[in-house]
Amino acid sequence: MQNILTYMTFIPLAGAAVVLALPNNAKLVRWFSAIVTVPPLLMAIWLFNNFDRTTANFQFVEDYHWIPAYNISYTMGIDGLSVSMVLLTALLSFLCIFASFGIEKAVKGYFSLFLMLDAGMMGVFCALDFFLFYVFWEVMLLPMYFLIGIWGGPRREYAAIKFFLYTLFGSILMLLAILALYFTVEPHTFDMRIIMSQASKYSTAVLPIWPFSVWGWGFQHVIWMALFIGFAIKIPAFPFHTWLPDAHVEAPTAISVILAGVLLKMGTYGILRTNFPMLPVATADLAYWFLGALGAWNIIYGALCAMAQKDLKKLVAYSSVSHMGYVMLGMASMTTQGLNGAVLQMFNHGTITGMLFLLVGVVYDRAHHREIEGFGGLAAIMPVYTGFTALAFFASMGLPGLSGFISEILVLLGTWQKYPVLTILGASGVILTAGYLLWTIQRVYLGPPNEKYLKMEEINGREIFTLVPLGVIVVIVGIYPSIVLDMLRTTLDSINALVIPHLHG
Amino acid sequence: MDLKNVASLTFFCPEIVLSATILLIIALDLIAQSRRWPAALALIGCLCSLIVSFDLYSAQPGLLFHRMIVLDNFSIFFKVFSLAATILCIFMSMGSKEIDRVHEGEYYALLLTCTLGMFFMASSSNLLMAYLSLEMVSLGSYVLTGFLPHSRRSSEAALKYLIYGGVASGTMIYGMSWIFGMTGSLDYSAIQLALSQEGINTAALFIAFMFILAGFGYKIVFFPFHMWSPDVYQGAPTPFTAFLSVASNGAGLAIMIRFFFPGMSKLMASGDWAFTAGAEWPQVLLALSMLTMTIGNLCALNQRNVKRMLAYSGIAHAGYMMMGLAILNNEGLAAILFYAVVYMIMNVGAFLVVGMISNVTGDEDIEDYRGLAWRGATVPAICLAIFLFSLTGLPPFAGFIGKFFLFSAVVKQGGAFAVLAVVAALNSAVSLYYYAKVVKTMFLDSPAPEDKQVTLAANNFTLLLPLTFLTVLFGLYFAPLVQYTNHSLRFFIK
Repeated sequence: MQNILTYMTFIPLAGAAVVLALPNNAKLVRWFSAIVTVPPLLMAIWLFNNFDRTTANFQFVEDYHWIPAYNISYTMGIDGLSVSMVLLTALLSFLCIFASFGIEKAVKGYFSLFLMLDAGMMGVFCALDFFLFYVFWEVMLLPMYFLIGIWGGPRREYAAIKFFLYTLFGSILMLLAILALYFTVEPHTFDMRIIMSQASKYSTAVLPIWPFSVWGWGFQHVIWMALFIGFAIKIPAFPFHTWLPDAHVEAPTAISVILAGVLLKMGTYGILRTNFPMLPVATADLAYWFLGALGAWNIIYGALCAMAQKDLKKLVAYSSVSHMGYVMLGMASMTTQGLNGAVLQMFNHGTITGMLFLLVGVVYDRAHHREIEGFGGLAAIMPVYTGFTALAFFASMGLPGLSGFISEILVLLGTWQKYPVLTILGASGVILTAGYLLWTIQRVYLGPPNEKYLKMEEINGREIFTLVPLGVIVVIVGIYPSIVLDMLRTTLDSINALVIPHLHG
Repeated sequence: MDLKNVASLTFFCPEIVLSATILLIIALDLIAQSRRWPAALALIGCLCSLIVSFDLYSAQPGLLFHRMIVLDNFSIFFKVFSLAATILCIFMSMGSKEIDRVHEGEYYALLLTCTLGMFFMASSSNLLMAYLSLEMVSLGSYVLTGFLPHSRRSSEAALKYLIYGGVASGTMIYGMSWIFGMTGSLDYSAIQLALSQEGINTAALFIAFMFILAGFGYKIVFFPFHMWSPDVYQGAPTPFTAFLSVASNGAGLAIMIRFFFPGMSKLMASGDWAFTAGAEWPQVLLALSMLTMTIGNLCALNQRNVKRMLAYSGIAHAGYMMMGLAILNNEGLAAILFYAVVYMIMNVGAFLVVGMISNVTGDEDIEDYRGLAWRGATVPAICLAIFLFSLTGLPPFAGFIGKFFLFSAVVKQGGAFAVLAVVAALNSAVSLYYYAKVVKTMFLDSPAPEDKQVTLAANNFTLLLPLTFLTVLFGLYFAPLVQYTNHSLRFFIK
């Protein structure tokens, strides 16, 4: 199939335009939007089947001139790194449409913006031209801002603008870094493949400016940091994480799922796509004491914050901060296991946290609050619901047999070979995670049922429909992780091979 | 080509057409008291002038009227630019309730006089001509700012504008007199020849440049000559504010580029401009550019009136555009021209919506925009959001491409200019706050019970939708516009 990536990106965008033209009938708009997300999902499944797992080259490449005078082109293509993210995006977008069926306010606007967001996310993972990448990256911001700001909770305005400002601050630094790369490459181009192939051109000579002269940073390190800040805000890495709990708490359920499931991955995806292959020397220099340490700190800090939360959704939000720390830690290790574990963790976190947010949404829709202390004994009232919750919680905790276990153990195995101290710190995060999740299960689901919620409705068919695919993936990847790992391995090895020669000692 | 008076007239058609239109409007205003024709006549005059301007591209570039006026692609570009802004302003004025119909004849005659002055600003190659053209635009602007009868704010704005303008142009002509004293000439090429010789007192030259910068600064609205702009923007009739914010700013850039680049500097083979060593005006511009954008953005953060906010945002944008001057290369200048066009589209668009809303509510407070999208004005609200996000510099809107070219010109120059790029980047992030505040008020806030329903007639959209379309189009496909602005960056240098 030619141009499959373009179809996957632009079918939702076209759908967004059509939604605006539909008559003002909520049911019609919902079902139409659901249908629009089906072709990308089918195409994603087709990609999964037809993806060549033996090569690290970009596949399904499309290359068209856009603005030839500046060597800006419309280039799309995927490799092992992006294919898993494309699958995740297609799946979550499809499921989240169903999770949004409860939206009543300005339905047309909501679904139209949602489909625009879908297109932007898909574009980010498929773009191979830096200019195009940046356009998609920014295009995603606008629908997100409105989706949180109009359909969110009580403090939605604050959360929306905070998300917007943080991300824009990061991306504008990224723009400068992209321009600096553009002017270093000969001939000047935004084509990521050419920028990667000329990685040796980005000078590492120490800059004679304080404080770079003290740190021993060259041009490459400065560019690395500018790109990294842009991505770190999305991950979100400490100390840029404070927008996340606000955004998550205020966003409607489906948007939280997209935020945690897809948007956070863009940060780590960006680092692996650009920082690693384009700036290998800086990556090697900064991996241990910066990226790895930040990852370990994210794990512990996120877990401790999660433990202190009273709001169920905030707890899940901080658990995301903690889990994304594993991704950074695994990346920093520069080992096959570590990198594979990191990308697998990105995929798993998308599915597991997606489930968690959907589950929180289920009780919130019924009880209209999310106070952990306000529930109790839900297991007796909603047994099916509690079953799903247990699955998601245990997967998040890293219980063997479920997907979270595989990725975390791979990350720790990979890291142990390089940085034992960071590994011990990271592994202690597993204990903290088990701590806050088990404690939450105890407070919310076990014990005597809360009188107030004795009549609470059991989880309904639509909600089960959104949870089952994710649950199935969690179990399958837990038992047979090669189904995902096979896609990643070749690409990640080739990325790793670029950086390893520059590591010291 | 170096023509005398009569021979020059062939290449002076746009100005002649415009002058004829002005005289016709004044004359007819004495006879006919009908209400619609002055706008229509002005519009026709501008369109004719536009057509003959394009016709000049086929002419050979050269000097006209005994080397007073220069004809080259750069001056034609700014003729087209000023005319486009004027046409937009006339369209806006036709739909505005602010413009008192009794004085329509005067209003349009004065507006076109400003446009005519802008033609000369972009093409003068003589200090005296530059000064006179600047004054011509200023005088018309003072009157039009105070054009709202019985509005104290309008009169106050006009007075402030007049005093500031008087001081700035006085300072400027004083600086020009220094240059005349040093070089013995008012003609740009003669001045440049004198400056390139040994024995020029560079300290004196630097001081003269700083004096002259006051005049430019007041037209382009950069720090520290920006104080007049918020009051004037708020007080002047909205269509004229829109005109002032883009056309006057653009003409100021034109006269400044003409003075500093082909006038006072030499173009090297590399595409960089070399200035007289010792008179370090680029460093001053560099500092002023950073200060201007920072002050503009910081002051805009807490504005409660949309027009004032847009005034400060205009100051910030002047700061961005000055980056292109400070880096002394042709990429920077081309980026300025591109940005000026894009800025015209999105800023006029924003003022257009502001004018439409104030036609209904009679006010421009941000508070009055509460829940606008849910009060029957969904389309204008979406359009305004697009213009504001474009002003912020978000893709896929034209403003992003404009900033992209400016930033890329700065980054390309590299070295210490990286600081400038970072300051500008941080400023863009700051600016999002106040632009998004308006968007927030329109979309995220629910309307209060006392807020009126906003219903707009269909004719309001005739200009709004094309401008919105262009804002999106130039964000996605900007190759033709880039080609045009690059093509326009050709100076006639003797």
